[in-house]
Amino acid sequence: MIRLEGITKSFAGKEGAVAALDGIDLTIAKGEIFGIIGSSGAGKSTLVRLINLLERPDGGEVFVAGERVTDARGERLRDLRRSIGMVFQHFNLLSARTVAGNVAYPLELTGQYGKIEIAERVAALLERVGLSEHATKYPRQLSGGQKQRVGIARALASEPQVLLCDEATSALDPQTTGAVLDLLRQINRDLGVTVVLITHEMDVIRRTCDRVAVLDRGRVVEEGPVTDVFLHPRHAATLRLVREAEPDGGSLDAIAASDLGGRAVRLTFTGPAAHKPILGRIARENLVDYAILAGRVGHIRETPYAQFTVSLSGRDVAGAIAGLRASGVDVELQAGLPLPQVEERPRHVV
Amino acid sequence: MSFENLYWGDIGAALAQTLAMVGGALLLTVLVGLPLGILLFLTGRQQLFQAPVAYGSLSFVLSIIRSVPFIILLIVLMPITVIVTGTSLGIRGVIFPLVVGTAPFFARLVETALREVDRGIIEASLAMGASTTQTIFRAVLPEALPSLLAAVTVTAIVLVDYTAMSGAIGGGGLGDLAIRYGYHRFQTEIMLVCVAILIVFVQLIQASGNRLVTHFSRK
Repeated sequence: MIRLEGITKSFAGKEGAVAALDGIDLTIAKGEIFGIIGSSGAGKSTLVRLINLLERPDGGEVFVAGERVTDARGERLRDLRRSIGMVFQHFNLLSARTVAGNVAYPLELTGQYGKIEIAERVAALLERVGLSEHATKYPRQLSGGQKQRVGIARALASEPQVLLCDEATSALDPQTTGAVLDLLRQINRDLGVTVVLITHEMDVIRRTCDRVAVLDRGRVVEEGPVTDVFLHPRHAATLRLVREAEPDGGSLDAIAASDLGGRAVRLTFTGPAAHKPILGRIARENLVDYAILAGRVGHIRETPYAQFTVSLSGRDVAGAIAGLRASGVDVELQAGLPLPQVEERPRHVV
Repeated sequence: MSFENLYWGDIGAALAQTLAMVGGALLLTVLVGLPLGILLFLTGRQQLFQAPVAYGSLSFVLSIIRSVPFIILLIVLMPITVIVTGTSLGIRGVIFPLVVGTAPFFARLVETALREVDRGIIEASLAMGASTTQTIFRAVLPEALPSLLAAVTVTAIVLVDYTAMSGAIGGGGLGDLAIRYGYHRFQTEIMLVCVAILIVFVQLIQASGNRLVTHFSRK
């Protein structure tokens, strides 16, 4: 659906040009929810603005729906932008227009809809985002979550194929964030709209996205299905973002190697395996003991996961590891602790 | 001092002249100043049509006009006024210099008002496929409406002030009457009445301006 090839972009800074994006290659498939995560200054806002050409790349190409759009201008550019909805962190609603007026705005721009048709479509959009009874209110009378729902309805008005969300939940409280993310997933499911979600919060990615790219200093440092990237972060930047989401989970920094009597392994249970009493059974069968050193449990979208770093000791540690693997558990042997340079460690160590 | 022998007829006529001058000049000032203000806004730094040379030149010319005291502008403009309106005298002769004198001021106020519109709104409008023209007329100007109305109010009051000087070229109006009778002929009571009427007039302009601003404020 969206393909970025060799994108570079720099901005004039005090001491010459500063590279905001440095050779970005990304492919976003039709119908998926693709997350782009990075800490502030990583270049993610610039990246998302390249897709609808609010920013022009210095180098590289942008393809949308198979078409090269890198230097689209005039009517062609406006058509492209109509096929790409955008939702903003600070909503960017027109304060002089009512809720209905804001949603009608993109429809009025095209000049091809009559008043009655616009009114019907606006009513349907407001219904979809659950704001029907607020149609005649002005944005200042709404809460943050309601404002963002208006922003989403407005972005959907021109029936786009792609929805760009630039930190769409970053100005919202946790509860409202959840509701807005649910709405985005529902829209993705019902309308098949490809969603590109920019955020600095790993939690948003974990709950919403199919795939994720991690952006660090203008480069994509890690990319893949959320289950892989979230449970097996390889790059230091990814690890940092994961730890921000769970300050105490999965971190072994504090544990000194000398305290360990056994074999340290990291066990990852995903899907049905996360709900089965595998560890206890395997331990009994192989006569091993385990000490849980670190762990985290939760869901990635609907997929349950559990990840523990345990120290195995006893009669048949190798047998236990083989048994765990046979039961569908991902087992990574942890070499010396604390962890070596994270980004240098291969994803699946045997 | 006696308030018995006031020339109420003259005062009434002067009030009508002031109203005509302020009304006519205000309309033309808005018609000229609004496009200039929009142009300043668009060509300004980091704006939609950033053009440093165009912005610099326009800004320079407007600042020069604003530097000239209005009473001098009246006299300097006389030959041009004759060409534009056919006469340099009376209300017709004074509206042209009034517009030249206030349009640059109004244009600056418009520029400031438009700059205060959240950039995110402009970005959102463009992202929805709006052209620049649509963005200005359907998003930026409506968003800036309260500030623009405040700018019109301030400009109207400046115009009331300037009309007092129109007497210098025979423009008439309350200010002129106050100077001619009150100052030159020592009829202080006429001056006081004229000033009182002007005070009420300015208060009315300010109050109605404020009400309009409040009415259109949605923030």
